[in-house]
Amino acid sequence: MSDLQAGGGHGAVPVTGVPARGSAAEARRDWPLWEVFVRAKRGLNHVHVGSLHAPDAEMALRNARDLYTRRQEGVSLWVVPAAEITASSPDEKDAFFDPAGDKIYRHPTFYDVPEGVEHL
Amino acid sequence: MTEPASPDLSGPHPPIAVHRPDNSATADYALSLGDDALIAAQRMGEWIAASPQLEEDVALGNIALDLLGQARSLLTYAGSLEDPPRTEDDLAYFRDEREFRSVHLVERANGGFGVAMARLLILSTYQYELYARLQAGADETLAAIAAKAVKEVDYHRDHATMWVLRLGDGTDESHQRMQAALDAEWPYVDELFDNAHIDRSLFEHGVAVDPQVLRDPWQKRIAEVVAEATLALPEVTPAVTGGRRGIHDEQMGYLIAEMQHLARSYPGATW
Repeated sequence: MSDLQAGGGHGAVPVTGVPARGSAAEARRDWPLWEVFVRAKRGLNHVHVGSLHAPDAEMALRNARDLYTRRQEGVSLWVVPAAEITASSPDEKDAFFDPAGDKIYRHPTFYDVPEGVEHL
Repeated sequence: MTEPASPDLSGPHPPIAVHRPDNSATADYALSLGDDALIAAQRMGEWIAASPQLEEDVALGNIALDLLGQARSLLTYAGSLEDPPRTEDDLAYFRDEREFRSVHLVERANGGFGVAMARLLILSTYQYELYARLQAGADETLAAIAAKAVKEVDYHRDHATMWVLRLGDGTDESHQRMQAALDAEWPYVDELFDNAHIDRSLFEHGVAVDPQVLRDPWQKRIAEVVAEATLALPEVTPAVTGGRRGIHDEQMGYLIAEMQHLARSYPGATW
Protein backbone atom coordinates (compact mmCIF):
# COMPACT_ATOMS: atom_id res chain seq x y z
CA MET A 1 0.00 0.00 0.00
CA SER A 2 1.60 3.19 -1.14
CA ASP A 3 -0.10 5.42 1.44
CA LEU A 4 1.52 3.65 4.35
CA GLN A 5 5.00 4.20 5.68
CA ALA A 6 6.78 2.43 8.44
CA GLY A 7 6.17 4.64 11.40
CA GLY A 8 7.99 3.52 14.49
CA GLY A 9 7.68 0.52 16.74
CA HIS A 10 4.06 -0.26 16.07
CA GLY A 11 4.45 -0.78 12.37
CA ALA A 12 2.75 0.99 9.54
CA VAL A 13 1.15 4.32 10.34
CA PRO A 14 -0.79 6.29 7.74
CA VAL A 15 1.00 9.57 7.30
CA THR A 16 -0.14 10.82 3.92
CA GLY A 17 -2.97 13.28 4.26
CA VAL A 18 -2.46 13.67 7.99
CA PRO A 19 -1.04 17.13 8.52
CA ALA A 20 2.01 17.03 10.75
CA ARG A 21 2.25 20.67 11.63
CA GLY A 22 -1.10 22.24 11.09
CA SER A 23 -2.01 25.79 10.32
CA ALA A 24 -5.08 27.03 12.17
CA ALA A 25 -7.23 26.02 9.24
CA GLU A 26 -5.78 22.52 9.13
CA ALA A 27 -6.17 22.12 12.87
CA ARG A 28 -9.87 22.81 12.53
CA ARG A 29 -10.30 19.98 10.07
CA ASP A 30 -8.18 17.47 11.89
CA TRP A 31 -5.39 17.54 14.39
CA PRO A 32 -1.96 16.39 13.23
CA LEU A 33 -0.48 13.11 14.33
CA TRP A 34 2.31 12.93 16.92
CA GLU A 35 4.52 10.02 17.92
CA VAL A 36 5.04 9.60 21.65
CA PHE A 37 8.21 8.44 23.42
CA VAL A 38 8.32 7.66 27.14
CA ARG A 39 11.33 7.22 29.37
CA ALA A 40 10.39 4.78 32.08
CA LYS A 41 13.08 5.85 34.51
CA ARG A 42 16.30 7.76 34.72
CA GLY A 43 19.11 6.11 32.80
CA LEU A 44 16.88 4.35 30.28
CA ASN A 45 16.18 5.49 26.73
CA HIS A 46 12.96 7.04 25.58
CA VAL A 47 10.90 4.29 23.96
CA HIS A 48 8.19 4.72 21.36
CA VAL A 49 4.83 3.87 22.92
CA GLY A 50 2.28 5.01 20.35
CA SER A 51 0.78 8.03 18.70
CA LEU A 52 -1.96 10.58 19.22
CA HIS A 53 -3.62 13.62 17.70
CA ALA A 54 -3.13 17.11 19.07
CA PRO A 55 -3.43 20.63 17.67
CA ASP A 56 0.12 21.62 18.63
CA ALA A 57 3.21 20.44 20.48
CA GLU A 58 2.22 21.69 23.93
CA MET A 59 -1.16 19.98 23.75
CA ALA A 60 0.45 16.86 22.33
CA LEU A 61 2.67 16.65 25.38
CA ARG A 62 -0.32 16.97 27.68
CA ASN A 63 -2.35 14.42 25.76
CA ALA A 64 0.63 12.08 25.92
CA ARG A 65 0.74 12.53 29.69
CA ASP A 66 -2.94 11.59 29.92
CA LEU A 67 -2.80 8.68 27.49
CA TYR A 68 0.54 7.05 28.20
CA THR A 69 1.61 7.88 31.77
CA ARG A 70 -1.60 7.27 33.72
CA ARG A 71 -0.02 4.43 35.67
CA GLN A 72 3.34 6.04 36.36
CA GLU A 73 4.91 4.60 33.24
CA GLY A 74 7.33 7.44 32.82
CA VAL A 75 9.50 10.23 34.12
CA SER A 76 10.01 11.98 30.78
CA LEU A 77 8.02 12.39 27.57
CA TRP A 78 8.88 13.32 23.99
CA VAL A 79 6.39 14.09 21.27
CA VAL A 80 7.50 14.27 17.63
CA PRO A 81 5.39 15.27 14.63
CA ALA A 82 4.79 12.00 12.77
CA ALA A 83 5.51 13.63 9.42
CA GLU A 84 8.95 14.73 10.64
CA ILE A 85 10.02 11.12 11.00
CA THR A 86 11.94 9.75 8.04
CA ALA A 87 11.38 6.02 8.02
CA SER A 88 12.85 3.20 6.02
CA SER A 89 10.42 1.87 3.46
CA PRO A 90 9.14 -1.71 3.41
CA ASP A 91 10.21 -1.80 -0.29
CA GLU A 92 13.84 -1.30 0.72
CA LYS A 93 13.72 -3.94 3.40
CA ASP A 94 15.86 -6.45 1.51
CA ALA A 95 18.65 -4.02 0.70
CA PHE A 96 18.60 -2.50 4.15
CA PHE A 97 18.47 -5.47 6.43
CA ASP A 98 19.20 -8.77 4.71
CA PRO A 99 22.97 -8.23 4.15
CA ALA A 100 23.47 -8.32 7.92
CA GLY A 101 21.78 -11.69 8.14
CA ASP A 102 24.74 -13.98 7.36
CA LYS A 103 27.54 -12.01 9.02
CA ILE A 104 27.60 -13.82 12.27
CA TYR A 105 31.09 -12.51 13.05
CA ARG A 106 29.44 -9.17 13.83
CA HIS A 107 27.96 -10.77 16.92
CA PRO A 108 30.23 -11.13 19.93
CA THR A 109 29.84 -14.90 19.97
CA PHE A 110 33.48 -15.85 19.33
CA TYR A 111 34.82 -14.71 22.63
CA ASP A 112 35.17 -16.77 25.77
CA VAL A 113 33.83 -14.86 28.67
CA PRO A 114 36.53 -14.57 31.31
CA GLU A 115 35.64 -16.03 34.66
CA GLY A 116 34.30 -13.61 37.19
CA VAL A 117 32.66 -11.27 34.68
CA GLU A 118 29.03 -10.99 35.47
CA HIS A 119 26.07 -9.47 33.65
CA LEU A 120 27.28 -10.30 30.16
CA MET B 1 -8.44 50.81 85.80
CA THR B 2 -5.62 49.04 87.49
CA GLU B 3 -3.53 46.36 85.92
CA PRO B 4 -4.74 42.90 86.85
CA ALA B 5 -2.40 41.16 89.25
CA SER B 6 0.14 38.92 87.57
CA PRO B 7 -0.88 35.31 87.82
CA ASP B 8 1.19 33.22 90.16
CA LEU B 9 3.41 31.13 87.88
CA SER B 10 5.36 29.43 90.61
CA GLY B 11 3.13 26.41 91.05
CA PRO B 12 2.41 23.63 88.60
CA HIS B 13 0.79 24.87 85.41
CA PRO B 14 -2.90 24.31 85.12
CA PRO B 15 -3.82 22.14 82.14
CA ILE B 16 -4.05 24.28 79.02
CA ALA B 17 -7.58 24.26 77.73
CA VAL B 18 -7.55 23.25 74.08
CA HIS B 19 -10.58 24.55 72.29
CA ARG B 20 -11.10 22.31 69.34
CA PRO B 21 -13.83 23.20 66.88
CA ASP B 22 -16.60 20.68 67.27
CA ASN B 23 -16.78 17.84 64.82
CA SER B 24 -19.98 18.95 63.16
CA ALA B 25 -18.42 22.23 62.01
CA THR B 26 -15.47 20.39 60.49
CA ALA B 27 -17.80 17.81 58.95
CA ASP B 28 -19.89 20.56 57.32
CA TYR B 29 -16.75 22.16 55.93
CA ALA B 30 -15.41 18.90 54.51
CA LEU B 31 -18.85 18.20 53.07
CA SER B 32 -18.95 21.49 51.17
CA LEU B 33 -15.48 20.84 49.68
CA GLY B 34 -16.39 17.24 48.89
CA ASP B 35 -19.70 18.13 47.27
CA ASP B 36 -18.03 20.67 44.98
CA ALA B 37 -15.62 17.96 43.84
CA LEU B 38 -18.28 15.26 43.53
CA ILE B 39 -20.73 17.29 41.46
CA ALA B 40 -17.93 18.73 39.30
CA ALA B 41 -16.72 15.16 38.66
CA GLN B 42 -20.19 14.03 37.66
CA ARG B 43 -20.63 16.91 35.20
CA MET B 44 -17.12 16.53 33.84
CA GLY B 45 -17.74 12.83 33.28
CA GLU B 46 -20.53 13.71 30.86
CA TRP B 47 -17.83 14.91 28.45
CA ILE B 48 -16.47 11.41 27.97
CA ALA B 49 -17.30 10.40 24.39
CA ALA B 50 -18.72 13.88 23.75
CA SER B 51 -15.61 16.08 23.60
CA PRO B 52 -14.00 17.28 20.34
CA GLN B 53 -11.43 14.46 20.10
CA LEU B 54 -10.70 11.10 21.65
CA GLU B 55 -7.60 12.56 23.33
CA GLU B 56 -9.74 15.17 25.03
CA ASP B 57 -12.21 12.51 26.22
CA VAL B 58 -9.33 10.89 28.06
CA ALA B 59 -8.02 14.18 29.44
CA LEU B 60 -11.42 15.20 30.81
CA GLY B 61 -12.04 11.68 32.07
CA ASN B 62 -8.77 11.89 34.01
CA ILE B 63 -9.75 15.22 35.48
CA ALA B 64 -13.18 13.90 36.47
CA LEU B 65 -11.54 10.93 38.18
CA ASP B 66 -9.15 13.20 40.08
CA LEU B 67 -12.13 15.19 41.31
CA LEU B 68 -13.99 12.02 42.22
CA GLY B 69 -10.98 10.86 44.23
CA GLN B 70 -10.92 14.13 46.13
CA ALA B 71 -14.67 13.84 46.74
CA ARG B 72 -14.28 10.31 48.11
CA SER B 73 -11.62 11.36 50.61
CA LEU B 74 -13.52 14.45 51.71
CA LEU B 75 -16.89 12.71 52.03
CA THR B 76 -15.36 9.77 53.87
CA TYR B 77 -13.82 12.18 56.35
CA ALA B 78 -17.00 14.25 56.70
CA GLY B 79 -19.04 11.10 57.30
CA SER B 80 -16.59 9.80 59.90
CA LEU B 81 -17.07 12.94 61.98
CA GLU B 82 -20.84 12.56 62.10
CA ASP B 83 -22.69 10.85 64.90
CA PRO B 84 -23.73 8.25 63.94
CA PRO B 85 -21.05 8.05 61.22
CA ARG B 86 -21.98 7.78 57.55
CA THR B 87 -19.98 6.32 54.68
CA GLU B 88 -18.94 8.09 51.50
CA ASP B 89 -21.66 6.14 49.66
CA ASP B 90 -24.32 7.18 52.19
CA LEU B 91 -23.37 10.78 51.52
CA ALA B 92 -22.98 10.57 47.75
CA TYR B 93 -25.94 8.35 46.92
CA PHE B 94 -28.48 8.62 49.71
CA ARG B 95 -28.76 12.33 50.32
CA ASP B 96 -31.42 14.37 48.59
CA GLU B 97 -30.84 17.55 46.65
CA ARG B 98 -31.42 19.93 49.55
CA GLU B 99 -28.69 18.23 51.57
CA PHE B 100 -25.97 18.86 48.99
CA ARG B 101 -23.66 21.81 49.65
CA SER B 102 -22.09 22.29 46.21
CA VAL B 103 -21.87 25.64 44.42
CA HIS B 104 -23.94 26.45 41.34
CA LEU B 105 -20.80 26.83 39.21
CA VAL B 106 -20.28 23.06 39.09
CA GLU B 107 -23.84 21.79 38.96
CA ARG B 108 -25.37 23.58 35.98
CA ALA B 109 -25.77 21.65 32.75
CA ASN B 110 -22.75 21.54 30.45
CA GLY B 111 -22.69 24.04 27.63
CA GLY B 112 -20.21 23.91 24.78
CA PHE B 113 -16.58 22.93 25.12
CA GLY B 114 -15.57 26.55 25.67
CA VAL B 115 -17.98 26.76 28.60
CA ALA B 116 -16.45 23.62 30.06
CA MET B 117 -12.96 25.11 29.84
CA ALA B 118 -14.07 28.45 31.31
CA ARG B 119 -15.73 26.60 34.17
CA LEU B 120 -12.71 24.38 34.74
CA LEU B 121 -10.38 27.38 34.73
CA ILE B 122 -12.51 29.15 37.34
CA LEU B 123 -12.92 26.05 39.51
CA SER B 124 -9.38 24.68 39.33
CA THR B 125 -7.77 28.07 39.99
CA TYR B 126 -9.99 28.43 43.07
CA GLN B 127 -9.25 24.87 44.21
CA TYR B 128 -5.52 25.39 43.66
CA GLU B 129 -5.41 28.46 45.89
CA LEU B 130 -7.61 26.67 48.44
CA TYR B 131 -5.69 23.39 48.66
CA ALA B 132 -2.31 25.15 48.58
CA ARG B 133 -3.29 26.78 51.87
CA LEU B 134 -5.31 23.94 53.35
CA GLN B 135 -2.34 21.56 53.11
CA ALA B 136 -0.74 23.61 55.90
CA GLY B 137 -3.95 23.61 57.94
CA ALA B 138 -4.39 22.43 61.51
CA ASP B 139 -6.60 19.44 60.68
CA GLU B 140 -4.24 16.66 59.68
CA THR B 141 -6.71 14.75 57.53
CA LEU B 142 -7.83 17.79 55.57
CA ALA B 143 -4.19 18.87 55.20
CA ALA B 144 -3.24 15.45 53.79
CA ILE B 145 -6.16 15.41 51.35
CA ALA B 146 -5.24 18.94 50.23
CA ALA B 147 -1.56 18.04 49.78
CA LYS B 148 -2.52 15.29 47.34
CA ALA B 149 -5.22 17.30 45.60
CA VAL B 150 -3.16 20.43 45.03
CA LYS B 151 -0.98 18.68 42.43
CA GLU B 152 -4.04 17.33 40.67
CA VAL B 153 -5.84 20.64 40.43
CA ASP B 154 -2.59 22.30 39.33
CA TYR B 155 -2.76 20.09 36.25
CA HIS B 156 -6.48 20.80 35.75
CA ARG B 157 -5.67 24.48 35.84
CA ASP B 158 -2.94 23.99 33.28
CA HIS B 159 -5.26 22.05 30.97
CA ALA B 160 -7.99 24.68 31.18
CA THR B 161 -5.45 27.47 30.68
CA MET B 162 -4.08 25.81 27.53
CA TRP B 163 -7.54 25.67 26.00
CA VAL B 164 -8.65 29.14 27.05
CA LEU B 165 -5.49 30.55 25.45
CA ARG B 166 -5.98 28.62 22.23
CA LEU B 167 -9.69 29.31 21.89
CA GLY B 168 -9.49 32.92 23.05
CA ASP B 169 -6.53 33.73 20.82
CA GLY B 170 -7.62 31.47 17.97
CA THR B 171 -10.03 32.33 15.21
CA ASP B 172 -12.69 35.07 15.30
CA GLU B 173 -15.31 32.41 15.91
CA SER B 174 -13.43 30.68 18.73
CA HIS B 175 -12.60 34.03 20.34
CA GLN B 176 -16.24 35.04 20.32
CA ARG B 177 -17.40 31.73 21.77
CA MET B 178 -14.71 31.68 24.44
CA GLN B 179 -15.68 35.18 25.54
CA ALA B 180 -19.35 34.17 25.62
CA ALA B 181 -18.42 31.13 27.70
CA LEU B 182 -16.49 33.24 30.20
CA ASP B 183 -19.42 35.66 30.43
CA ALA B 184 -21.80 32.76 31.06
CA GLU B 185 -19.76 31.30 33.94
CA TRP B 186 -18.75 34.55 35.60
CA PRO B 187 -22.01 35.19 37.52
CA TYR B 188 -21.26 32.04 39.52
CA VAL B 189 -17.79 33.13 40.66
CA ASP B 190 -18.85 35.06 43.77
CA GLU B 191 -20.44 32.03 45.42
CA LEU B 192 -17.02 30.32 45.56
CA PHE B 193 -15.66 33.06 47.82
CA ASP B 194 -18.66 33.34 50.15
CA ASN B 195 -17.66 32.21 53.65
CA ALA B 196 -21.04 32.48 55.41
CA HIS B 197 -21.51 28.71 55.62
CA ILE B 198 -18.23 28.04 57.44
CA ASP B 199 -18.17 28.06 61.24
CA ARG B 200 -15.93 30.92 62.39
CA SER B 201 -14.16 28.71 64.91
CA LEU B 202 -12.65 26.78 62.01
CA PHE B 203 -10.85 29.91 60.80
CA GLU B 204 -9.63 30.73 64.32
CA HIS B 205 -8.14 27.28 64.72
CA GLY B 206 -6.66 27.12 61.25
CA VAL B 207 -8.81 24.14 60.27
CA ALA B 208 -10.53 25.88 57.35
CA VAL B 209 -9.24 28.37 54.80
CA ASP B 210 -11.35 31.51 54.59
CA PRO B 211 -12.47 31.58 50.94
CA GLN B 212 -12.30 35.37 50.97
CA VAL B 213 -8.50 35.34 51.19
CA LEU B 214 -8.44 33.31 47.96
CA ARG B 215 -10.18 35.96 45.91
CA ASP B 216 -7.18 38.20 45.18
CA PRO B 217 -4.71 35.51 44.12
CA TRP B 218 -7.49 33.87 42.11
CA GLN B 219 -8.35 37.12 40.37
CA LYS B 220 -4.69 37.84 39.61
CA ARG B 221 -4.10 34.48 37.96
CA ILE B 222 -7.36 34.52 36.00
CA ALA B 223 -6.73 38.07 34.80
CA GLU B 224 -3.33 37.01 33.43
CA VAL B 225 -4.80 34.10 31.49
CA VAL B 226 -7.73 36.14 30.21
CA ALA B 227 -5.42 38.94 29.05
CA GLU B 228 -3.03 36.55 27.32
CA ALA B 229 -6.00 34.92 25.61
CA THR B 230 -6.98 38.36 24.27
CA LEU B 231 -10.27 38.11 26.15
CA ALA B 232 -11.91 40.60 28.49
CA LEU B 233 -12.82 40.05 32.15
CA PRO B 234 -16.61 39.94 32.21
CA GLU B 235 -18.56 42.61 34.01
CA VAL B 236 -21.76 40.86 34.95
CA THR B 237 -24.14 40.82 37.88
CA PRO B 238 -23.59 37.85 40.20
CA ALA B 239 -26.30 35.23 39.95
CA VAL B 240 -28.63 34.46 42.83
CA THR B 241 -27.28 31.25 44.29
CA GLY B 242 -27.54 29.29 47.53
CA GLY B 243 -25.75 26.03 46.97
CA ARG B 244 -24.11 26.11 50.40
CA ARG B 245 -27.60 26.22 51.96
CA GLY B 246 -28.92 23.43 49.76
CA ILE B 247 -30.70 25.75 47.33
CA HIS B 248 -29.75 24.41 43.92
CA ASP B 249 -30.21 25.06 40.25
CA GLU B 250 -33.08 23.17 38.63
CA GLN B 251 -30.62 21.07 36.62
CA MET B 252 -29.13 19.70 39.83
CA GLY B 253 -32.07 17.36 40.33
CA TYR B 254 -31.44 15.61 37.01
CA LEU B 255 -27.75 15.26 37.79
CA ILE B 256 -28.49 13.69 41.16
CA ALA B 257 -31.11 11.36 39.73
CA GLU B 258 -28.60 10.02 37.22
CA MET B 259 -25.76 9.83 39.74
CA GLN B 260 -27.82 8.04 42.39
CA HIS B 261 -30.03 5.85 40.24
CA LEU B 262 -27.94 2.70 40.38
CA ALA B 263 -27.10 2.87 44.07
CA ARG B 264 -30.73 3.43 44.98
CA SER B 265 -32.14 0.77 42.66
CA TYR B 266 -29.64 -1.84 43.80
CA PRO B 267 -28.60 -0.89 47.34
CA GLY B 268 -25.28 -2.41 48.32
CA ALA B 269 -24.39 -3.32 44.74
CA THR B 270 -20.68 -3.91 44.23
CA TRP B 271 -18.48 -4.78 41.29
